[in-house]
Amino acid sequence: MTDVLTPVLSKNWGDDRAWTLQAYEDQGGYQALTKALSMAPDDLVTLVKDSGLRGRGGAGFPTGMKWSFIPQDDSAAGNKPKYLVVNADESEPGTCKDIPLMMASPHTLVEGVIIAAHAIRAKRAFIYVRGEVLHVVRRLQAAVREAYAAGHLGSNIHGTGVDVDLMVHAGAGAYICGEETALLDSLEGRRGQPRLRPPFPAVEGLYACPTVINNVESIASVPSIVTGGIDWFGSMGTEKSKGYTLYSLSGHVKRPGQYEAPLGITLRELLELGGGMREGAELKFWTPGGSSTPILTAEHLDVPLDYEGVGAAGSMLGTKALQCFDQTTSVVRCVLRWTEFYKHESCGKCTPCREGTYWLVQVLQRLDQGQGQPGDIELLLDLCDNILGRAFCALGDGATSPITSAIQYFRDEFEAGMHTPSSELFPPVASTLFTPVGGAA
Amino acid sequence: MTIEATQGTAEAVELITLTIDGVEVSVPKGTLVIRAAELIGVEIPRFCDHPLLEPVGACRQCLVEVPDAGNGRGMPKPQASCTLEVAPGMVVQTQVTSEVADKAQQGTMEFLLVNHPLDCPVCDKGGECPLQNQAMSHGRGESRFVETKRTFPKPINVSEQILLDRERCVLCARCTRFSEQIAGDPFIELLERGPQQQVGIADDQPFHSYFSGNTIQICPVGALTSADYRFRSRPFDLVSTPSVAEHDACGSAIRVDHRRGKVMRRLAGDDPEVNEEWITDKDRFGFTWTAQDDRLRTPLVRNEDGELEPASWPAALAAAARGLAAADGVGVLTGGHLTAEDAFAYSKLARVVLGTNDIDFRARAHSEEEAAFLAAHVAATRLTVTYRDLEKAGSVLLVGLEPEDEAGAIFLRLRKASRNGLTVRSIAAHASRGLTKMNGELVATVPGQEAAALDAVQLEADSVILVGERLATSPGAYSAALRLAERSGARLAWVPRRAGDRGAVETGCLPSLLPGGRPVADAEARADLAAAWGVESLPSRVGRDTTQIVEDAAKNRLGALVVGGVEVDDLPDPARAREAIEAAFVVSLEVRENEVTRAADVVLPVAPPVEKAGTFVTWEGRLRPFDAVLSLPASLPDLRVLAGIAEEMGHDLGFRTVAEARAAITETGPWDGQRTAAPDAPVPGAVKLGKGDVVLETWRQMIDDGRGQDGQDKYRATARPAVLRANAATLQAAGIEPGGSATISNKTGSATFPAEVADLPDGVVWVPANSGTNLRSINAGHGTVVQLSGGNA
Repeated sequence: MTDVLTPVLSKNWGDDRAWTLQAYEDQGGYQALTKALSMAPDDLVTLVKDSGLRGRGGAGFPTGMKWSFIPQDDSAAGNKPKYLVVNADESEPGTCKDIPLMMASPHTLVEGVIIAAHAIRAKRAFIYVRGEVLHVVRRLQAAVREAYAAGHLGSNIHGTGVDVDLMVHAGAGAYICGEETALLDSLEGRRGQPRLRPPFPAVEGLYACPTVINNVESIASVPSIVTGGIDWFGSMGTEKSKGYTLYSLSGHVKRPGQYEAPLGITLRELLELGGGMREGAELKFWTPGGSSTPILTAEHLDVPLDYEGVGAAGSMLGTKALQCFDQTTSVVRCVLRWTEFYKHESCGKCTPCREGTYWLVQVLQRLDQGQGQPGDIELLLDLCDNILGRAFCALGDGATSPITSAIQYFRDEFEAGMHTPSSELFPPVASTLFTPVGGAA
Repeated sequence: MTIEATQGTAEAVELITLTIDGVEVSVPKGTLVIRAAELIGVEIPRFCDHPLLEPVGACRQCLVEVPDAGNGRGMPKPQASCTLEVAPGMVVQTQVTSEVADKAQQGTMEFLLVNHPLDCPVCDKGGECPLQNQAMSHGRGESRFVETKRTFPKPINVSEQILLDRERCVLCARCTRFSEQIAGDPFIELLERGPQQQVGIADDQPFHSYFSGNTIQICPVGALTSADYRFRSRPFDLVSTPSVAEHDACGSAIRVDHRRGKVMRRLAGDDPEVNEEWITDKDRFGFTWTAQDDRLRTPLVRNEDGELEPASWPAALAAAARGLAAADGVGVLTGGHLTAEDAFAYSKLARVVLGTNDIDFRARAHSEEEAAFLAAHVAATRLTVTYRDLEKAGSVLLVGLEPEDEAGAIFLRLRKASRNGLTVRSIAAHASRGLTKMNGELVATVPGQEAAALDAVQLEADSVILVGERLATSPGAYSAALRLAERSGARLAWVPRRAGDRGAVETGCLPSLLPGGRPVADAEARADLAAAWGVESLPSRVGRDTTQIVEDAAKNRLGALVVGGVEVDDLPDPARAREAIEAAFVVSLEVRENEVTRAADVVLPVAPPVEKAGTFVTWEGRLRPFDAVLSLPASLPDLRVLAGIAEEMGHDLGFRTVAEARAAITETGPWDGQRTAAPDAPVPGAVKLGKGDVVLETWRQMIDDGRGQDGQDKYRATARPAVLRANAATLQAAGIEPGGSATISNKTGSATFPAEVADLPDGVVWVPANSGTNLRSINAGHGTVVQLSGGNA
């Protein structure tokens, strides 16, 4: 393994006005574009495929392979326009990597978009940003404006004959629109609800045309691969999880923030970089990749944070949103909050997610208030079993992860919910960051 | 009449073999697992799935286990069998053999009931509810859910007729998908999200669809109800009788639910060859017309004081017979609502008893050209074009026909086909909403100029031409349609408006045509029919048509009229018709009192379709026999009454019951001799318009003032507003602002409508034919020239 930290995406975040085209180009920005435009699209696809870059949005699907699914032959689908859509609808509780990236260095993403669009021969690309982050929307729009003015976007880019138009679209604030097919519906002006697959977006996506949907970080990683090459990229990370990535450390830690490191780093190492847990605190449980990934505990501190390592520990790498909770935190209350989120954000299309989350919240509320009934834990597990793998899209599955994993590791706290409110066992104020551990309110 | 036997040639179907619950089954490629399972007798529970709607996979009730997807690998999660296509070698385990599938289904069922109220005892769907039934078969006896249910204020109106109880809704989206995919009226849509998701409408756009009632029927719970039927009865108290809708020439299968001699509701029947599983709201809600206060219950005879007074059947029949026998000539007007059996009785009465060919079913604008067209091309043909043919056609050309308003089942078929690539074109003055919904192309034509437009059209041989009865007002149009069919090889079908029209053609209710398509003018045909009927001869002179019958009766050149099911205001010249029924001796056979019965000398009450057996003949020539729904001994079909008159006049029609009449029709058979020549009317030149003149384009909207819809105010409230449409220049020339009042007028009268801008040619306006004003009452119709002016008349 190389250095502990490998700032690539975040390298320029500290620069003066890093978000401007000038600042971005001063540190080498848009050179990858020049190189990429001189390459044949298929070579770009091969390059990204060979680099081993995997989707950074959570599922970890190989990015280059996704691009290669776009039909480029003379078939009916191959003759349709192709689209590139960037999923910037970052809404998962705990996940906070794409928004800082787009805030600090939007041009990294824009450059990646142009290269990716060229690779899949898309003349039109979209960035779907969640609407609540207006400052990011504005920054992206400004960056796109600058890129057009500089000739990086538009028709016949730098005289190469490549045309790419980029549109920044603000969503209206629905978690479901981060699901790629719901995102497409929303982008088309419909209600955001997941679509039936097949047809898959690579064949019939946006406006029923072949479409690639990639996470912000995946696309933003492309310029560095074009510049640095696959050997450089592969020098970081592990065998099946290559490269660097953004780890978002949050919660009861001394220095929360974005830590860009090779895949396969452990939470123990990241915590050391982050100054450890706050004063006097011990790690109680943590999420490896947002609230939809099963929680882990202190015994998993040395799990390599790559796709395989976290999977082997019974969770998922997800979005690498490492929310760390200390011993002042009630697992039951935490899980209740997450479940309330899923209930609020369920799109309503399928029964298990819509009705299941509605029911789960009520059972968890009861346990949180110390009024649990005998059998409630079994009920929770059974309801989760009836949701997991039965819902229309993966969001239903995600809603069950925190519950089943929390019961697995902290069953006693749920049992305590039969008689004692969580607010007595774990006074909420003690969990706040402004209360010193062990201190009074 | 002949047997229907023209199914298309069987196409080779690729079969896929898979194993479901250990049973091997072969099904056509593309079949969904849920339907393949039905073939081995396994019913997988379902809510959102509907065979005529696109799969959605929303309710997750139909989950099955797939241990082998056909590629040797199993699917890790249970799969929704309503979205999963079969694959060769696939292995499927349903709830019957898989504990995983069974638990998944039980789990989903339990979730569905979380927010579903336990109000089955007061819910209209209780007793016929898919949720209730499947909760019993695939759910647990008692719910584990003891928490708080989500509630909504109940109910809300999505239209005047359709009510929505949101808390009963299981969000299967059948109704919204029907509206969008089938009817093309996406006025209802899912709103909000999560447990707050609900069906709703836009604030200013209620669910005004001609097909809205179908959503009630396909709702798998009691969320959608009609104001008409809500809380009226329990399904297990109802007797269901299959029947055929009487409101148009489509022959839609319906189910009539009745209780103690009273019809409570009507539902769509399931007939894949005709209406699939859909009917129009008119077919669904238009059944109360037979139970109005003006229903005739007893025969009436005009006494010496000139008053109509109740009489016994024998006395009334004798009075009718006396009057007819004494009259100097009798004309017979039969309207378009009769069953084929009843029409046959009128036809035979005219020829055998009254000795005349003065019979015409066309209680509307008509022409000699039309009669010639019907004789040459329509009569005694069967299924030359069917619903299925419409779906398979390369293109369909509509002329003088607005299927959405006039033939709902045809519209739905064409819309379905147009979504699969069928090109629909319409020769009309403007692109109607129906045409737009079929993604159709307009061949913009001034009314009256259809013939020229037809001559200019190019068609492929796999096309179908559908012509409407409005073409009778457009000289040369039928001739041009036949020329086009001849020239292109396209098939041509006539789509009349009324249920009895085609049957009347087949049974010879025309002055030039005898039953079975025999031309009056053909001595051989007359002899053939005379032999079949066992009479010496039949009248040989071609009879008078409706206009001439009315004219001659008004001028005392025709002494008597037998009138069955005719509204004066439908006739080409209502004022003249009033004179005619005043002047002549009139025998009127009617279900309800109307202008004719009030002027008649003998009134004979007859049964509406719900109270008798009969046969409607669809526009395709398909026979749609039905039995009596309600059995009321005192309610007689027309044919029984006519047989009585014949007997009083010393003749025997040869039948007194519907069954006997059916047998007589079969025995009479179709004519297989020489058909008459096709009409060849000239193409008219353009009409010269004077100052302020405009040409009318008009047809009847589906929901209008027709008496067959009486008693259904909620349904009528969902009608499209009556407006006058014209282009901006035409309105401006008349000094009319869009939204302002526009009046059309002629010597007879006037009618006023709010004006709306549409894509009509200059000098053409569209108004509905019977919404607010019956245009015939001012002698106006399709293609007539009227004056257009601003403001009220």
